[in-house]
Amino acid sequence: MGINLEFFDNKLTAKISGEIDHHSAADFRQQIDNFINKKKPEEIILDFNEVSFMDTSGIGFIMGRFKTAYNLGIKLKVINIPKKLERLVKLSGIKNLGILE
Amino acid sequence: MKQENLCINEMNLNFLSKSANESFARATISAFIAQLDPTIDEITDIKTAISEAVTNCITHAYKSEIGVIYINCKIFENGKILIKIRDKGIGIKDIAQAMEPLFTTGGSERAGLGFAVMKSFMDKLRVSSKVNKGTTVLMEKSIIRRNITSVK
Repeated sequence: MGINLEFFDNKLTAKISGEIDHHSAADFRQQIDNFINKKKPEEIILDFNEVSFMDTSGIGFIMGRFKTAYNLGIKLKVINIPKKLERLVKLSGIKNLGILE
Repeated sequence: MKQENLCINEMNLNFLSKSANESFARATISAFIAQLDPTIDEITDIKTAISEAVTNCITHAYKSEIGVIYINCKIFENGKILIKIRDKGIGIKDIAQAMEPLFTTGGSERAGLGFAVMKSFMDKLRVSSKVNKGTTVLMEKSIIRRNITSVK
């Protein structure tokens, strides 16, 4: 469980695994934001393939990174959201941000 | 009392409002309700709702102190699950406003969807609160019974 950051070709890929709640999201946020501030990537990809559970803290985490990226002019996309998280994602309306793939 | 409405088991769980306990709470309650043989989807819904309620206790009710969170869970013969999550924190002044989707006092990292998720993922949600006394969230969900032999 954790976050794995890969930086290649000015592109930051953050692979998140395990459970995202208010507790773990704080750590993920800090790690990724530190990295963004240091390396200033052109694009950020949040990979949710290995996320086994999340509550609305995960939605807040995506919204927060969306705002950060938007303010810095960085492209952001969220990929591989597992089927079991679909109900929450649908309810949250984050599909309207146009960043889910 | 009708046979199908019999409470067949009950548990109480008290713990400190530390964020590390969010996963502890949802894992413990889901282990308890596993006796009713719920589906993965049913478990996920209930885990998510519990996670929201417990997070509210930590980030709102006890936002400037560590307090105790009290969970009571009852399961019934007919597959009904009752979960009561209570705190003795600051309370909610305006429950209707707090329950509005996207309303949050929690800052930009909070989606303001906690109550919306509890309402949508559970069958029933009731919130009662007194300022400076605390808040009680009562949630109910009925799961389809497939196997009752695991509970005596």
